[in-house]
Amino acid sequence: MAGTLIYAEVQKGEIKKGSFEVTSKAKELGGDVAVCLIGKGAEGLASQLAKYGADKIYVVDGPEYENYVTEAYVQAFKQVADTVSPTVILASATAQGKDLIPAIAARLNVGAISDCVDLKKEGDKIVAKRPMYAGKAYAMVEALANPQIIAVRPNSFAVKETAGAGAVEKVAVSLDTSKIKAVVKSIEVAQTDEPDQTEAEIIVSGGRGMKGPENFKMLEDLAKLFGPTATTGASRAAVDAGWREHSYQVGQTGKTVSPNLYIACGISGAIQHLAGMGTSKVIVAINKDAEAPIFQKADYGVVDDLFNVVPALIDEIKKVKG
Amino acid sequence: MNTVVCIKQVPDTETLIKVQGAGIVTEGIKWVMNPYDEFAVEEALRQKEKMKAGNVTIVSLGPDRAIEAVRTGLAMGADTAVHINDAAYYDKADPYATAAALAAAIKGMQYDAIFVGKQAIDDDAAQVPAMLAEMLGIPVVTMVIKFEVAADKSKATVTREIEGGQAVVEVPLPAVFSAQKGLNEPRYASLPGIMKAKKKPVDVKKAADLGVSEGPKTAIKEMSLPPARQAGKVITGDDAAAKAKELARILHEEVKIV
Repeated sequence: MAGTLIYAEVQKGEIKKGSFEVTSKAKELGGDVAVCLIGKGAEGLASQLAKYGADKIYVVDGPEYENYVTEAYVQAFKQVADTVSPTVILASATAQGKDLIPAIAARLNVGAISDCVDLKKEGDKIVAKRPMYAGKAYAMVEALANPQIIAVRPNSFAVKETAGAGAVEKVAVSLDTSKIKAVVKSIEVAQTDEPDQTEAEIIVSGGRGMKGPENFKMLEDLAKLFGPTATTGASRAAVDAGWREHSYQVGQTGKTVSPNLYIACGISGAIQHLAGMGTSKVIVAINKDAEAPIFQKADYGVVDDLFNVVPALIDEIKKVKG
Repeated sequence: MNTVVCIKQVPDTETLIKVQGAGIVTEGIKWVMNPYDEFAVEEALRQKEKMKAGNVTIVSLGPDRAIEAVRTGLAMGADTAVHINDAAYYDKADPYATAAALAAAIKGMQYDAIFVGKQAIDDDAAQVPAMLAEMLGIPVVTMVIKFEVAADKSKATVTREIEGGQAVVEVPLPAVFSAQKGLNEPRYASLPGIMKAKKKPVDVKKAADLGVSEGPKTAIKEMSLPPARQAGKVITGDDAAAKAKELARILHEEVKIV
């Protein structure tokens, strides 16, 4: 394999964890690993990619990249891709990655493989495994031409430290501004230190059994005990009831998550919910209804009233942590 | 305001999926319009109603059965439709080939905006909106949850979902917009609507009629079912407190999270 070019993403002044994940995986697959890091302030962050295996880091930095606009990022990435001529292009399938990757593929006249959960090398080809039909089936997919463009679901691969050469080069991109038609007028992002659900390693999620918005406080308390990589989620029933905002929703019409630990509290486990969290590494279900379908997916099940279990669990975890 | 809506017919979310080689067993499936495409149809209808002028054209790639989803769009209130009825092309179509066929059908139409669901819930690829825009040479805004158009139809101001929040984006028309949940509440087709839809014109084309030369750029080699999760462990105990204590121990010693 001649080489991989990774799209790495900057958000809130940091490189996304998903970008480190795909860089680590590219190093493991072998060949030269180049990274294209785009964003305002990217230059100061670029060297961080070296320890996860980046041999070369192309930096596109400047005030014009402060807010993500598809066309500007496509142009910048394409200029780097034209220089590198990679056989494989990888990105993390974050909200931004999902927007950017198909646009880049179309600009390069090739296809793309979305939201993959595993990659295997077969000769010069990458065979990508991806869920379809909301996780009810998996497809092994390959690109029919180079570059093979693949987006990887966050949390599918571990971040691994394997040093790469790490040479940083700042790229001067000449944007064709006449083609950049969309303008970001304003951005409203919730001020929170919690990770996004798609990137969180631990999610404590609540459903209809939570009975009201005020009871999510205990799920937040439990999540906090797990540290900064934990957050809370919600089922569609809880969101439709107005107890949590849509941004918390896990499932087919919400977010697809793949944390190391998913704790489902008062969630029955409708197929649409399972579609959004079925690839979680460990699933714990707390529900007083022993017949709830969530127990068929759960690694550990507690059949009891969550209003008794969750507060007790908070106390027990505090004890374990000392 | 003239709009085009691209729709796809997909298995209903409750469908049990059985795999067969590089595809799925299609017998016994209940087919519906992709739920995200319903938001797209609804938004096009609302814009037409607000402007009190214009046409809504449905475009869909799919085999014979897809006409049902096309008729659903017409029954909701769309005016005309193009059905790219080409089973051979459709069977091998990846998102790129799908976008190429849709682009070929749309090229030459008069339109101010194209609405597409943010993703189809069968392949869950979410690629067609951006690829279609690229092939038509117009801008794209994905994950739209609010759409407003200027009175002179020169531009749209839309709110899109981004990670952890929202962004307001202004874009000149024509452009492609991908619809996310929250954009609107799709209407149901009324009985008169369903009757009228039967008489609305549907232009049926083969991919070759549209001059599509691009084939797929990716291929599914094999499909499989997810591995059955091994039976979970039910945590027992005298009361909730005892079960919570055991769960905390498991999270600490077995899962090694705490």
